[in-house]
Amino acid sequence: MSNYRIQGATGEWEVVIGLEVHAQVTSAAKLFSGASTEFGAEPNSQVSLVDAAMPGMLPVLNQECVRQAVRTGMALEAQINPWSRFDRKNYFYADLPQGYQISQLYHPIVGEGEIEILLDEKDESSAKKVGIERIHLEQDAGKLMHDQHPSFSYVDLNRSGVALMEIVSKPDMRSPEEAGAYIRKLRSILRYVGSCDGNMEQGSMRADVNVSVRKPGAPFGTRTETKNVNSVRFIMAAIEYEASRQVDVLESGGTVVQETRLFDPDKVETRSLRSKEEAHDYRYFPDPDLLPVELTDAFLEECRASLPELPDAKRRRYETVLGLPAYNASVLTAEVDTARWFEELLGHLGEAHAVRASNWVISDLFGALNRLGRSLADSPVTAKQAAELLALIADGTLSGTLAKQVFELMLETGQDPGVIVEERGLKQTSDTGAIEKVIADVLAANQDKVSEYRGGKDKLFGFFVGQTMKAMAGKGNPAVVNELLKKALG
Amino acid sequence: MSDLTQLGVAAIRDGVRDGAFSAREIAEAFIAQVEKGRALNAFVIETPEHALAAADAADAARAAGALKPLSGVPLGIKDLFATKGYQTTAGSHMLEGFKPVYESTVSGNLFAAGAGMLGKLNMDEFAMGSSNETSFFGNVLSPWRRNDGGNAALTPGGSSGGSASAVAARLAPGVTGTDTGGSIRQPAAFTGISGIKPTYGRCSRFGMVAFASSLDQAGPMAHDVRDCAIMLEAMAGFDPKDSTSLDLPVPNWEANLSSDIRGKRIGIPREYRIDGVPAEIDQVWEQGIAWMRDAGAEIVEVSLPHTRYALPTYYIIAPAEASSNLARYDGVRYGQRVAPENGNLTDMYEATRAAGFGAEVKRRIMIGTYVLSAGFYDAYFNQAQKVRALIARDFEQAFDKVDLLLTPTAPSAAFGLGEKTADPIAMYLNDVFAGPASLAGLPAMAVPAGLDSQGLPLGLQLIGRALDEQGVLNAALAFEERAGFTARPEAWW
Repeated sequence: MSNYRIQGATGEWEVVIGLEVHAQVTSAAKLFSGASTEFGAEPNSQVSLVDAAMPGMLPVLNQECVRQAVRTGMALEAQINPWSRFDRKNYFYADLPQGYQISQLYHPIVGEGEIEILLDEKDESSAKKVGIERIHLEQDAGKLMHDQHPSFSYVDLNRSGVALMEIVSKPDMRSPEEAGAYIRKLRSILRYVGSCDGNMEQGSMRADVNVSVRKPGAPFGTRTETKNVNSVRFIMAAIEYEASRQVDVLESGGTVVQETRLFDPDKVETRSLRSKEEAHDYRYFPDPDLLPVELTDAFLEECRASLPELPDAKRRRYETVLGLPAYNASVLTAEVDTARWFEELLGHLGEAHAVRASNWVISDLFGALNRLGRSLADSPVTAKQAAELLALIADGTLSGTLAKQVFELMLETGQDPGVIVEERGLKQTSDTGAIEKVIADVLAANQDKVSEYRGGKDKLFGFFVGQTMKAMAGKGNPAVVNELLKKALG
Repeated sequence: MSDLTQLGVAAIRDGVRDGAFSAREIAEAFIAQVEKGRALNAFVIETPEHALAAADAADAARAAGALKPLSGVPLGIKDLFATKGYQTTAGSHMLEGFKPVYESTVSGNLFAAGAGMLGKLNMDEFAMGSSNETSFFGNVLSPWRRNDGGNAALTPGGSSGGSASAVAARLAPGVTGTDTGGSIRQPAAFTGISGIKPTYGRCSRFGMVAFASSLDQAGPMAHDVRDCAIMLEAMAGFDPKDSTSLDLPVPNWEANLSSDIRGKRIGIPREYRIDGVPAEIDQVWEQGIAWMRDAGAEIVEVSLPHTRYALPTYYIIAPAEASSNLARYDGVRYGQRVAPENGNLTDMYEATRAAGFGAEVKRRIMIGTYVLSAGFYDAYFNQAQKVRALIARDFEQAFDKVDLLLTPTAPSAAFGLGEKTADPIAMYLNDVFAGPASLAGLPAMAVPAGLDSQGLPLGLQLIGRALDEQGVLNAALAFEERAGFTARPEAWW
């Protein structure tokens, strides 16, 4: 639970936050047309006659988008509505060819659900549930470009008609951190489910941020809605700014106006866009071009069966079945790509080595990737290679020191650890005859130190270990070296 | 054959097949007739090259023994259907010059069946009207005139006015129409031809400029019942591009035509007897009842208690949907654009729509916007949706007792141009008998019954159960055989 409070002149204020997240549905085609949804194409190259709202064109529902919304709802443990319907939201804008957006006001496909967020990854007791009000499917609009011509605006309809899920939370969050954790957790779940790629910088996920403030325990205050905020950082900044703006307004005797606002990331502030009085009358009504969406039991079952293990369940399994520390489990399950990589590694190495492997991934691998400025997706070391490296440590072929050397070489060359060990002779040796021979040489070359040691200067033991290892180019098995040295020095 | 343009769809198809004449001869005859009939203003554009190409293809197909169902039949296509490469206006200045890069499913089906296109038929703007007077391209004239010696110009009805006039004046043997609240049936009645609106969903709406999506249906208009059956068979069919199209096989309506309706029960809805309707309408209705009885049908009085709410319900739902459907005509992507100097986007919208739409379209957009707006939605649109369900239930209950309903098609014979333009309510009353079947999505057909005392055609309407086009066509055939309607307008054009 968060104790976030804004200190005002009249005392403490609590902030109340609800988020409406627009998540682009992962689907090759748009919600009601066959046009492609790929990001970054030439303007107006992915526009069907339906998307351009040519006369007489009709929408046809893409079942894959329905499936993705249902799977998302199931992942959020939400009510799935077996009967839903599309409505038209009517307004004029140049990026909206039909003059209406097809959406679901009256009968959304998904009803109430919830998301558990953790404010501290190491602490299960920091968990909090945030309610989901509903999820509905709707079309995205096109994009206006105002900087291409001195007096005209250009329209790119590639996004026009792309499927969005609008995921509406309840006003359950009480701090920017909670909102940040909610967005990250939601994005994680969407990526696990595969229903949205969560790439906020490409606009695949953006949020309308509803903020109000109140004295703790008082009824909800009047809220403002800041539209289209497109990063976790900006969402948190918008909340922070908007909450203190509202406190300032209220404490100077004013009233908060229910309005739509814009977030300016450069100035880190929100600005009024339009007030409730100027709000559109959207004249929603059921779209007569589309039939109601009726979901069969077989379809629902197929959706449920297609769901992967979700982050919370995975985290619990990592802790209870694999025995990972809470922090490791949390870090490795936060993103589906990380979990997949880790599980591929375990697939090669065996789950018995999970704890050691998790430590290695989090410290050695993440450290290296961080240093190289790379992500797991373009890691120079594959999960299979990592498993081989860890296996070489486990079977005594590599010492910790040697393993670090080999890992560095793997990062540089992309070679398999076995090849590196073989080619560069980096194998650790436990051959007692060979080690005894080296020890004999070291002792012979350091007669004076041997005498001192035998005279009681115990600290010199480390010196002999170092000399022996050095003579063996680091390849001696440290345990064997220790044991034989002790015997030799008697 | 002296005058090929006197032939209907079946006769042309059969004659081409039998070698009585070539498809080319047919096409040339109708093309000449279209040119001669320009005074009627039935066509927005003429497309003789399309008709001739289809005719040549038909003649080649005959030589190759590969005739199609409509090989050799030239048709008129209502200008509401998108025709690839040919201007498609919906009767509006807004779309003047607009040439779609796509073909509507219905026109595409007809062309695939071998038909050619003589031209695009004039119509009320966006199908909003009952007299064809709202067309941007000028009103269509009916070929009919009163027998009072005057030359008063009469309306062919609407919105498929160009379609009706073209068939009645024999500029085309058959045409497509569309019907939202009577736009096939009322003009058919006014011009003494036949026309059927099939069950909602039989014909795809893909490529048909939308007026009111939940009501719009395409259908054929032609000289007789058989011609309508032939054309409807070619037009109908499931289309995955229209979510509301019915995924059902198309019945063999023509092959199963039969005027034997002995034992059928035909309902006469008592609520369709309305005050203020001319006595001649009632008389022709009584005559029709007598013919049906003569054909061996049992006549049963039935009640459709919510009939009186149908017209107001229709005039809420249709404009509501239209106000949204017509939002796309904004000057941004196609059609007219009026961009005032130094104006912003809103200025462009306003100027474009002010110039592009006519008065009736603007009226309906305003009505539709009003009934959907916050604070009025429940009182108007929502209430109308509920009444619509009650009207559909009325029909269902009636069809528990009877197989078909027989009613008047329109509340009067064709009226003079300008007679009702000042009073929208009087104009809207034209839909009083046709509207309820549209709201219920039922198949309904207009067939000519006789002439009134002024020498103008009057028609009756047969309404059937959902999907029972066959029952409607068969009863209409029995009716047609007894009515023996052979009257023709005298050519003055």
